[in-house]
Amino acid sequence: MKANHNKKVKAPLTVEQKIRRRTFISFGAFAALGAGAVTGWNWLLDAPEETAGITGGTRAPLRRALNKTELFFRNFFSNKHLVKTYPITYAVKTPRVNSLIGIEDDEDFDVRNWKLKVKLNNQKIQYISIEEIKALPKTEIVYDFKCVEGWDEIQHWAGVKLSDFLAHFKLEEAAQKPYMGLETPNGAYYVGLERESILHPQTLLAYEMNGKPISLDHGAPLRLIVPVKYGIKNLKRIGTMSFSNSRPKDYWAEQGYDYYSGL
Amino acid sequence: MRWTHWVSFPVLTVMIWSGLFIYWANDAYGISIFGFSLIKFFPEWFYDYFHISGRLAEGMAFHFLFMWFFFINGLLYILYTIFSGAWRELLPNKYSFKEAWLVLLHDLHIRKTIPPQKKYNAAQRIAYTAIILMGMGSVATGLAIYKPVQFYWLCWLCGGYHFARILHFTLTIGYVFFFLIHIVQVMLAGWNNFRAVVAGFEVAEEQPRLKHEPLIAEKTEDQNESKS
Repeated sequence: MKANHNKKVKAPLTVEQKIRRRTFISFGAFAALGAGAVTGWNWLLDAPEETAGITGGTRAPLRRALNKTELFFRNFFSNKHLVKTYPITYAVKTPRVNSLIGIEDDEDFDVRNWKLKVKLNNQKIQYISIEEIKALPKTEIVYDFKCVEGWDEIQHWAGVKLSDFLAHFKLEEAAQKPYMGLETPNGAYYVGLERESILHPQTLLAYEMNGKPISLDHGAPLRLIVPVKYGIKNLKRIGTMSFSNSRPKDYWAEQGYDYYSGL
Repeated sequence: MRWTHWVSFPVLTVMIWSGLFIYWANDAYGISIFGFSLIKFFPEWFYDYFHISGRLAEGMAFHFLFMWFFFINGLLYILYTIFSGAWRELLPNKYSFKEAWLVLLHDLHIRKTIPPQKKYNAAQRIAYTAIILMGMGSVATGLAIYKPVQFYWLCWLCGGYHFARILHFTLTIGYVFFFLIHIVQVMLAGWNNFRAVVAGFEVAEEQPRLKHEPLIAEKTEDQNESKS
């Protein structure tokens, strides 16, 4: 180590002065950057809420970040990545009922009159009965159902693969569109899904739970089981199915949740 | 290195804060011994005090933005320590674990002497390496519970969805303890040390040699690192 000797004639700084000067500059810069960080943070905290539309309920910059992050993580999505499955004995006997939006608020619903309403691209509507759906090959799955709240439960479902359903009812062309929208018969609960999740081999239109027809609370007669998504996307009691080029409306995305909600 | 150190503090604070919003929605953890519950994470007053209840969506939005800053900042730190050679002063060596014990005894005023040290003592080497490993652990377990299907192998490596969530939570508690001890140590280490972490140089007083005046030499962090 050598001491600093300033040999200039003008303004010879002593070492103490240099130390003081550098300390002052450093702490000044530190304080300025700290203030910048605080300002940035306050900007984010006070950022206006996004314009309510397909998504809503969160700060506009955070929504932009969620959408960008979705695009990044969709690069890793593959229909070859399967959800882990379990032997049937692992499944819980009484799966949790977490929400009844679109079900308990629909007193007029009669399961005997139910038909799936599929909105075709030429404005026509196709009605499909539960018998027609049950006639298709049945697929079973025992997997860990994951809720956005953080809990999970191993559940046993059975139904028709959504991809098989689309093929059988000649809906593949309609399903070329990048999004599918599903709604309960009364329209109180609704979700939007991207095509790649719809075509995932473990995505089902389910009509059985633990080997028996689904109860009303679990979404009788037909519900969605999409294991590559959080529970919020697993719509119970499907009333209407539609296809679109842009994101269909989504109940929880309107309330500040990530639209994608993929696992 | 100093930069990433200071960036990590606010970023980690936001991650813990938003993480609490997420945890609240399924606050399953606690410590119990023989069925007797000792601690519940977290008691109601804690949620009330920090206004945590019912903010899951908000928490997720913040968490999934600041995770990028956390990751990038950590990556920059690791890259910097590798390429500058600073890792040599930070990684524990074969004597560190034994020496760290002596450092601990010294700090607790049980022992008078302290083993000879370079820039960081043995206990610091272990602590500052551990915190980086913890950071990597948080990123890995976080990703495992964020995308357990697409990164199924990572979820498996982390011991499954449940265990990964427990690890993620435990690491967070670890940060809080690290922070508390760190703050106490910083206060004990004094002003010169604190200034070094902000300004990047330390002042070392040398014994007077030939002249009457004491020489005060400057030691910058950069010189230190290039020297090692």
